[in-house]
Amino acid sequence: MITLSGFFAQLLEIVLALAAAPLLTGWVNQCRAWLQNRSAPSLFQPYRMLRKLFYKDSILADHASPLFRMAPYIVFGCMTLACAIIPTLSTDLPLSPAADAIALVGLLALARVFIALAAMDVGTAFGSMGARREMLVGFLAEPALLMVLFSASLITKSTLLPSIVASLVHRELTIFPSLAFAGVAFAMVSLAENGRVPVDNPATHLELTMIHEALILEYSGRHLALLEWAASLKLFAYSCMGIALFLPWGIAEADHPLAMLLAAPILVLKLAVGGALLALVEMSSAKMRIFRVPEFLTSAFLLAVIGMLVHFLLGA
Amino acid sequence: MASLTFMDGILLIVAGWLLIGACGLLVMRRTTFVAHVLFPLGALLGIILVIVSLASMFAAPHTAVLPLGLPGLPFHLRLDTLASYFLFVLGIVSTGVSIFSAGYFRQGEGTPPGLMCLEYHVCLASMALLLLADDAYVFMVTWETMTLAATLLVIANHRIPEVRRAGFLYMLISHVGALGLLLCFGLLQANTGDYTFANMRAQNLDLFWGSIAFFLALFGFGAKAGILPLHVWLPEAHPAAPSPISALMSAFVLKTGVYGVLRVSFDLLHMQVWWWGGITLAIGLASALFGVVLSTVQTDMKRLLAYSSIENIGLIFSGIGLTILFRAYGMTALAALSLTATLYHVVSHACFKSLLFLGTGTVLHATGERNLGHLGGLMRFMPWTAWTALVGALAAAGLPPFAGFVSEWLLLQSFLFTPGLPNSFLNMLVPIVAALIALVGALAGYVMVKFFAIIFLGQPREQKLNNAHDADNWEKAGFVWLAAACVVLGLFPVQMMPVLDRVTHLLIGQGIGAAVAAGGSLLLVPITPERASYAPFVFALVLLACCLLAFVLVRRLFHGRFRRSVPWGCGYPFQSARMQDSAEGFGQPIREIFGPFFRMTRELPSAFDKTPRYKVTVEDPFWTLVYRPIVALTERIARLAGLLQHGRIALYLLYSFLTLLTLLLVVMQ
Repeated sequence: MITLSGFFAQLLEIVLALAAAPLLTGWVNQCRAWLQNRSAPSLFQPYRMLRKLFYKDSILADHASPLFRMAPYIVFGCMTLACAIIPTLSTDLPLSPAADAIALVGLLALARVFIALAAMDVGTAFGSMGARREMLVGFLAEPALLMVLFSASLITKSTLLPSIVASLVHRELTIFPSLAFAGVAFAMVSLAENGRVPVDNPATHLELTMIHEALILEYSGRHLALLEWAASLKLFAYSCMGIALFLPWGIAEADHPLAMLLAAPILVLKLAVGGALLALVEMSSAKMRIFRVPEFLTSAFLLAVIGMLVHFLLGA
Repeated sequence: MASLTFMDGILLIVAGWLLIGACGLLVMRRTTFVAHVLFPLGALLGIILVIVSLASMFAAPHTAVLPLGLPGLPFHLRLDTLASYFLFVLGIVSTGVSIFSAGYFRQGEGTPPGLMCLEYHVCLASMALLLLADDAYVFMVTWETMTLAATLLVIANHRIPEVRRAGFLYMLISHVGALGLLLCFGLLQANTGDYTFANMRAQNLDLFWGSIAFFLALFGFGAKAGILPLHVWLPEAHPAAPSPISALMSAFVLKTGVYGVLRVSFDLLHMQVWWWGGITLAIGLASALFGVVLSTVQTDMKRLLAYSSIENIGLIFSGIGLTILFRAYGMTALAALSLTATLYHVVSHACFKSLLFLGTGTVLHATGERNLGHLGGLMRFMPWTAWTALVGALAAAGLPPFAGFVSEWLLLQSFLFTPGLPNSFLNMLVPIVAALIALVGALAGYVMVKFFAIIFLGQPREQKLNNAHDADNWEKAGFVWLAAACVVLGLFPVQMMPVLDRVTHLLIGQGIGAAVAAGGSLLLVPITPERASYAPFVFALVLLACCLLAFVLVRRLFHGRFRRSVPWGCGYPFQSARMQDSAEGFGQPIREIFGPFFRMTRELPSAFDKTPRYKVTVEDPFWTLVYRPIVALTERIARLAGLLQHGRIALYLLYSFLTLLTLLLVVMQ
């Protein structure tokens, strides 16, 4: 049942994700710099960063266990697989029946658990603080994300991401009220999950505020490179998930392999707009206190649940 | 061998267990003999039980009458697929726990090892017979034997007062529950005086008596399983019992309650009413949420796992509630799906929870500490325990591709494909219920990170932990058996489906086996391939390939050099192991967010304290909400009754005389 074109679409998608994810991060950083009236770093700065880190020696804490060294590879693997099952260019993905939307959420949770465990492995105050905060964000964001995906799967009667996207593409251009709620919730969850302002600030190393940076504080060299790359992949995966759920038009479908050629520029355009919007949101909001984060995420969760309720009330 | 039926095989295993127990009594204090001969023999019987029960899944139900018991009241036994399935779970768990016990029990644990061996094997044998029971008489006898054996096992260290108290609490709640069961069976036989299950199946109760019977069963079996508000014995009994016993109790003794509810509500009672399901679902969800929230704030590792068991039992009861709900509305396909999820969770919870409890046992032996605040960094000293516990923790957190995820996935699928219940009010509740289940799943991840990271990761919080030794070979074998079960159940759910299909066919007349079979040997397809599918084996393979490929490429293209150094201290040179997050610290966000779930008292230091102290105690609110008022009421009634009692014979004779007089007056009218 695996077609040759499907196989190529799958391979292309993974390669595209691995290659383009740092670019997206670079683009967001560039937009942010422009909005801050700074002179922007090059679009390719993240690649240079990765190259530099890969060549450096890793420094391990004296009593770091093998788990600490394994975790970057596992997190990276999880994010690669996540990017592979989210339809970006085509809906004909042979891997997608292996993991549906719920498994995708489980996959992201697996990565989160490993990075939190690795952070606690060294046994410094920073690492465990970061792990605790990451799990705090996670346990509220994960069900909210699941609810968003459920809203979409209730409309399309499937939990497989390609089927969801395929049937969302074919509907007429009306706004589903449940998807509107879900969209807002999804935006909030993505901000939190990717460590963006107002929940976390990717540019800070101030101990009172940081989450993601505290988690990976002990990492260096190739391990840090993998984790940074994985963070880019996560941003890419979330962006593509948002596009697939809320703006799926333009994606290539199973019976049109050549349509992928057309789908690629459309995807790039959407990602560019999305990245710019993300920079704008980050610029126009202030980092909130960590104690306020649960409120922020609880409202995202409730919005997503309301979205599902609306679906049951209105049937749309 | 051809004349030997599966029933005979299982009875032989039961007899074998009893024999091993009796041998234990003969060699009361010879620890090595008991540990290295008797317990492994018990484990061997466990493996045979796994094989026999799996084989019997595909045979027709078989009944037998044992000429035991009271005159005119023989033991009726029946081996059907539901019993076989639970025997299968019992086999898996008992094998792991028995092998582990071979290395665990040592001299001087209160109860002599031979007696422990007897109690343990009697407990196993009574549970196996309980599953075979086909009349209320055998059922209650084995039920009570199991309770007594389990109580004795819990109070193995009976010289400690808290342990005795925990044992008493367990026995008390179990017996209150057993009272409910007696009344329930009394109703089910519908005044015929025939207490066989075959007769109960033939009766048709009306709605009123049916409902009462159902809720009596829910109460009685729920007390054993530990649903809200009958859960209070779990967090007391699990820390008190030796770890293999906690493992056995959490993994299987609780499940006998689940078995009972399934047996009564789907086999003995013919009707399913939607509000029975609704109430079961509500109780299950409340238990799940309450259990997981309380387990995040625990500081005792076994108490943490006990609350986590309450959570899992809650999820199982939610599944049962959902099944009843779907069945009441005639949506049998969905009922089959949610029942499959429930049954899958029974076996996966049995595997990962017993694994985790056994892990705490080894940690306890190695360090003498149960308090998370005194542990840490044990992964370096106890790699076998740590890595297998990691598998258990990931399965308990419901992460793919391990066992816990499959059942969570199936349960969420059954919520998601509710095509619209006819009751619009219930329809509105579906999203909320699904949201709660998702929240519980995510919180379970939080709990397991806390559990694993604080015990095994970081730096040792005490000096003595540096001398901790790993598990011995018997214990390792137990770990590996159960960890392998967690992995296999996670990777090959498709191969388990024909087995579960037989059980759901027995209970509700439909299964998802056909749909799964149509999906092939890799894809788990609960309804149709367009709607949902999950291929854990492919998933795990690709994930592993991604990780390995990343590893190999990084090594090939760059290098594998590393240096060791002290962790970065932000310029502060006086970092110590005590600055890591403690168990209290890790639970702090949850304490803030879910404040109303606890009774919390806090002592904060003031700025002028010479020796500042910070103390926070978190208590289960059900003690003050439910149990203490009941105790107070009982005491008041006892005091009132005490007014009548003066200990003088003359007075009691007067009471008798007055009673007779009153009765005479009644008769004369």
